[in-house]
Amino acid sequence: MNALVLAGPYDKIVGPSLAYHALLPIFLVLGAALLGVLAEAFVPQELRFPVQFGIAAAGIIAAFCDIVALRGAKVLTAGGAIAVDGVGLFVQGSILILAFLSLLLVAERSVDVVSPIVARASVVPGSPRDAALATSERVQTEVFPLLSFAVGGMLVFSVSNNLLLMFVALEVLSLPLYLMAGLARRRRLLSQEAAVKYFLLGAFASAFFLYGLALLYGYANSVDLGSIRAASQNSGSSDVLLYAGFGLLLVGLLFKAGIAPFHSWTPDVYQGSPTSVTAFMASCTKVAAFGAILRVIYVGFEPTKWDWRPILWAVAITSMVVGAVLGLTQTDVKRILAYSSIAHAGFILVGVNALSADGLSGTMFYLLTYGFSTIAAFGIVTLVRSGDGEATHLSQWSGLAKKSPVVATVFTILLMSMAGIPLTAGFVGKFYVFRAGYHDAGALVVIALVASAITAFFYLRVVVLMFFADPPADGPTVAIPGWSTTVAITAATFATVLLGIVPQLVLDWASSAATLVR
Amino acid sequence: MSNNYALVGLILVPLVGSAVTFSVPKAQATLAKGLALFFSLVTLIYVVILGFAFDTGPHAKNFQFNCSWRWIRSFGAHVAFGVDGIALVLVLMAVILVPAVILASWNSFDTRRDAEEGGSKPRNVSVYLGLILLLEFFMIGVFTATDVFLFYVFFEAMLVPMYFIIGSFGGPRRQYAAMKFFLYSLAGGLLMLASVIGLYVTSGRSSFAFSDLVGSVPDGTTQKLLFLGFFIAFAIKAPLVPFHTWLPDAGAEAPAGGAALLVGVLDKVGTFGFLRYCLPLFPGASRYFAPTILILSVIGILYAAFLAIGQRDMKRLVAYTSVAHFGFIGIGIFAFTTQGGSGAVLYMVNHGLSTGALFLVVGLLIARGKSRLVSDYGGTAKVTPILGGLFLITGLSALALPGMSTFVSEFLVLVGTFTRHKGLAVLATTGIILAALYVLILYQRTMQGTVLEKVKKFKDVNVRETLAVAPLLVLIVFLGVYPKPVLDIINPAIKTTLGYVHQNDPAPKIAPVAGGAR
Repeated sequence: MNALVLAGPYDKIVGPSLAYHALLPIFLVLGAALLGVLAEAFVPQELRFPVQFGIAAAGIIAAFCDIVALRGAKVLTAGGAIAVDGVGLFVQGSILILAFLSLLLVAERSVDVVSPIVARASVVPGSPRDAALATSERVQTEVFPLLSFAVGGMLVFSVSNNLLLMFVALEVLSLPLYLMAGLARRRRLLSQEAAVKYFLLGAFASAFFLYGLALLYGYANSVDLGSIRAASQNSGSSDVLLYAGFGLLLVGLLFKAGIAPFHSWTPDVYQGSPTSVTAFMASCTKVAAFGAILRVIYVGFEPTKWDWRPILWAVAITSMVVGAVLGLTQTDVKRILAYSSIAHAGFILVGVNALSADGLSGTMFYLLTYGFSTIAAFGIVTLVRSGDGEATHLSQWSGLAKKSPVVATVFTILLMSMAGIPLTAGFVGKFYVFRAGYHDAGALVVIALVASAITAFFYLRVVVLMFFADPPADGPTVAIPGWSTTVAITAATFATVLLGIVPQLVLDWASSAATLVR
Repeated sequence: MSNNYALVGLILVPLVGSAVTFSVPKAQATLAKGLALFFSLVTLIYVVILGFAFDTGPHAKNFQFNCSWRWIRSFGAHVAFGVDGIALVLVLMAVILVPAVILASWNSFDTRRDAEEGGSKPRNVSVYLGLILLLEFFMIGVFTATDVFLFYVFFEAMLVPMYFIIGSFGGPRRQYAAMKFFLYSLAGGLLMLASVIGLYVTSGRSSFAFSDLVGSVPDGTTQKLLFLGFFIAFAIKAPLVPFHTWLPDAGAEAPAGGAALLVGVLDKVGTFGFLRYCLPLFPGASRYFAPTILILSVIGILYAAFLAIGQRDMKRLVAYTSVAHFGFIGIGIFAFTTQGGSGAVLYMVNHGLSTGALFLVVGLLIARGKSRLVSDYGGTAKVTPILGGLFLITGLSALALPGMSTFVSEFLVLVGTFTRHKGLAVLATTGIILAALYVLILYQRTMQGTVLEKVKKFKDVNVRETLAVAPLLVLIVFLGVYPKPVLDIINPAIKTTLGYVHQNDPAPKIAPVAGGAR
């Protein structure tokens, strides 16, 4: 230490101490991502797929094991920029579980030609080379390190206690997603459109976030959530900066979570992206974004809640209503799931807005259950195929139960869970967040329940088509999935049912994890 | 409190039966039928034994065969079962109907010739029977649950098997009917969920056990709002006018067996809910809303009876008669007299048996004529005398002819109502005349008159079909002559229930005799 001090005046800037043990999960996943980049360069072509999959899976599994070991930790590290606490760890754990399941979907090799991921995303759609790519057996495996990077960003995003770090994490998680959205093997034009749309709108949202961050810095003289909280309590400066900053910050966060009125990218991007990537986006990104929203609101802005809560109530109602009503008019399964995710985001906001320990744990539980059913549902979507890829138009799904009773039954269970029918995880999650929300906003809960009745309509429409309609003559086939997709769908469906019947264990975890350090 | 396992055993029998029946391959239809019948008969015998073991003595407890385990600790939910007299007789009625339904629809899905309506394809009977047994499991569960959360779970989950029974096995417009049925019930159910959550929060007991919640909601606006949530759900289920519009569609499109269970048992859950949950949990609100509900009930009696007279479709006609009958049950409950209450519960049992039988008989007729329209039949009794006889007796029980059990309950309800609300009782009595009209016109048009050409080819009912319906009719006549065993079970429970709303029977007014007493 002495030697350092003697070295000169420049050493006045001392790096913050890092609690490496608490950051290990993040390092593991990002390490796996970096290793993946190296593997991409040095591992021979034919070995790349298994090696890349192995690296990504190992990173996620190791990180998850570490999080289990870290449970109960309450660490504020990196100069207060990172808070590893109950909520952070639960959200990180959820992200890792869901990311692993999504990884299994991405690693599917038997449904489409070699892989549902295109080998060269930059080829002009519609050109002869593009047509050749659809059936080409070339595989590119960059998607695995990209996924690992995104997961790493999400892990940081959900524990950042400092808005600047949160912004960096937001970019780290978003950039790989923009790329991954453009990697679909079939329907290249839609996929590229999705990528561009997601990128442009995402960049706008990031700009909003950054602007809000700047205003908040002007208000509190700090980008730490704790300092912003303290400043808002003994306010000397103008509240305009605080609320304008908070509002702009929220726009960025609500965008990432796909909450109306910042939802317009969701249906297009969900539809255009490779379905396995959509599953990843719809589950993990949502969990991470809500993790960040929870932290920002509960840590940074809880003291001023009576000033901004009505606005979030309005946002929640908008999201529920937009998701439910626009979902009614959709004819594409992936778009239906996208609008359903918008409605669900509204339901989750009811829990977020409770601003209580129940609200925290309810939100986290809901996110987990929603993630499971979403991943399994998109997994099923990858299986229903016609000649030119996935058959996602509703009319193609009619009579599916006659072709494959198992697939139709599993999909029905998942839809029932999303509709909140008892004995599924979705019901327990809804019950939990609505109970938390009821204390302060009973009317909001009633609106939410009416909205869930509307969403039930379009879930049921799919069930009606699958079971009660006759299959079209040239209907799609149900592909036999490879082991990885089978494992992912089975595990996620099993979790959906299990969390609906015996949820107590996970509820205990969620409620004991409802702690935030600041 | 030591746990009594009797009801757990009971509820498991149909569940196991359902799983076993589902697993029978399509080719072995006879095996599936035999197994389903076996399990339904075991359940029936089981309940009969429980009925004999049920203590009706003066010191008997209200709830018997109680058991309770914690289920979801975080929510205060229990797996708790127990029956009072009301629940016991309704369970008994349900388990009597199930074997009758299985027998009556024995061949309904085997061949095109046996199908109820022309053009419907043969369907997988093991799925149908599995669904019927699954429905039986939920029906027993919903009547025996003594935890509000558990009740809600059964209440909602019950929709799913019924939805598939209507949607997969129903008539030409089955998709529409199944959807309408599910959405109506779900919308009501979700409003009830809002009240369930509100009940939990308002009571502050951190428990959903029925015994913990009774008397926990203070009188006032909150109680009224919570009451409305439960009431609307039950009113849709019952169905009371103006919440009845789904029943004619669902009743008409469901296969006859499904319709018998739908109207016979599922709808009783609504009226059962009034007695079990609305009155004890929200006594003040029940008294406050009683006049409105009484008026709606009387409107229902008259309105539905007029509509029934005008129907051309036999199943719709029967469905409308049920709406009228539910009006009688409604006034019986909300008159708050012991005769009215006991009459209403007896009415529920009788109505289940008689309308169940009526649907089955109409189903037998439709299976012969392949049409639901009244105008397609004529003079049938001359060709098929036994079917004609069965039709006549069930019809007479539906119009509450003295000597039939339905007369006893209708009389009790009217007497019970008259002591408190004379005008309404008088209006309701005219419903009896209308009932005679719609039943006798139906009988006359289909069974008497000139024998139509196509009717001449009808075969009379066989032994199996007679066995399905005859026991129900024997029971109706038996209870019409000697209703005491059932009333003995019902009466104590009704007294307890009315005790919650603090209502005693109005004392008879004795006019002073001129000259005074000697």
